[in-house]
Amino acid sequence: MSTLMVIYSILAIGLALSLVKSRKKTLMAFKVAGKAALKLAPSLIAIIGLVGLILGFLPPETISRLVGNEAGYTATLVAALIGAVTMIPSLIAFPLAGSLIRSGATVMTASAFITTLVMVGMVTAPMEAKILGRRFTLLRNGFGFISALMIAAIMGVIL
Amino acid sequence: MKGILKKWKVPLAMAIIYLVVLVFKRETGEASLAVAGDYAKEMILIMPAVLLLMGLIEVWIPKESIQQWLGKGSGIKGMALSFALGTLPTGPLYAAFPMTASLLKKGARISNAVIFMGSWAALKIPQLLVEIEFMGLGFAALRFILTLVAIVTSGYVIEYMMRDPASHQWLNVPADEQQLQKQRG
Repeated sequence: MSTLMVIYSILAIGLALSLVKSRKKTLMAFKVAGKAALKLAPSLIAIIGLVGLILGFLPPETISRLVGNEAGYTATLVAALIGAVTMIPSLIAFPLAGSLIRSGATVMTASAFITTLVMVGMVTAPMEAKILGRRFTLLRNGFGFISALMIAAIMGVIL
Repeated sequence: MKGILKKWKVPLAMAIIYLVVLVFKRETGEASLAVAGDYAKEMILIMPAVLLLMGLIEVWIPKESIQQWLGKGSGIKGMALSFALGTLPTGPLYAAFPMTASLLKKGARISNAVIFMGSWAALKIPQLLVEIEFMGLGFAALRFILTLVAIVTSGYVIEYMMRDPASHQWLNVPADEQQLQKQRG
């Protein structure tokens, strides 16, 4: 709840400043936000529905067997691979990972998924290679994947 | 109309699945619906604020000015600038590809390009707010620090591995294309 208050306070300050400086630009920000909301809505609803179904169908024991302590490093590696090949907007990925943790997934697995999701893009790699070169793309994504695993391991130990 | 249908076909399919489950396995369906409802409530509370914040950032700090500021400064300053500017944009990472390319063509260091892309991908401010809400401050803070270390380290390692000019021949784009880029920029 307190996070929400912080976010809305930041927003209130930003909006006030924006309104003082330019009404037109503030209105534009609302339009940009509306457009983004429309764009995000279908995948948002899809993920919400998917999480509901998964948690409704699978008992907590099954989930923890799949992605929890029992699953061990294999689950972490699989989560990292899924994160690398999928393109889920990160705004949606955090709630998804959060609900997985609440239903028994380990921090290590959740952070591996999130970190590869944001840092490694297999789907966009061909485009990246065309614009930034094959070697750069390979190195950036490769290092991204390795660091994601290391970050996940450290986070799993600390948290 | 067709476009709308295509965009919404997954949520539509989801609704049908829910209906089927509710009819044939009522208890499971109700449990799923309860979870989805809770989850939707959380999203509805946070998303408008985050999206509006992103809208404000996009309007007041357009990508063109970010591109202008990038590549200025060297050493620690250049690195800090690459990191800070990477946390501001709101688009997906692939929007950063052309920006990074023009940056490199203007002579920016490879390490700074990697740092810029890394913070764009993983350390964006609106994204962090959502992360704190759903994963907790401890998780978000730790991931932030570790990711920053990883990005900076891999930036320098990648720069070292690409020190041979032959490894980035792609920089030598035909003159007319560079001209085009200039006109655009």
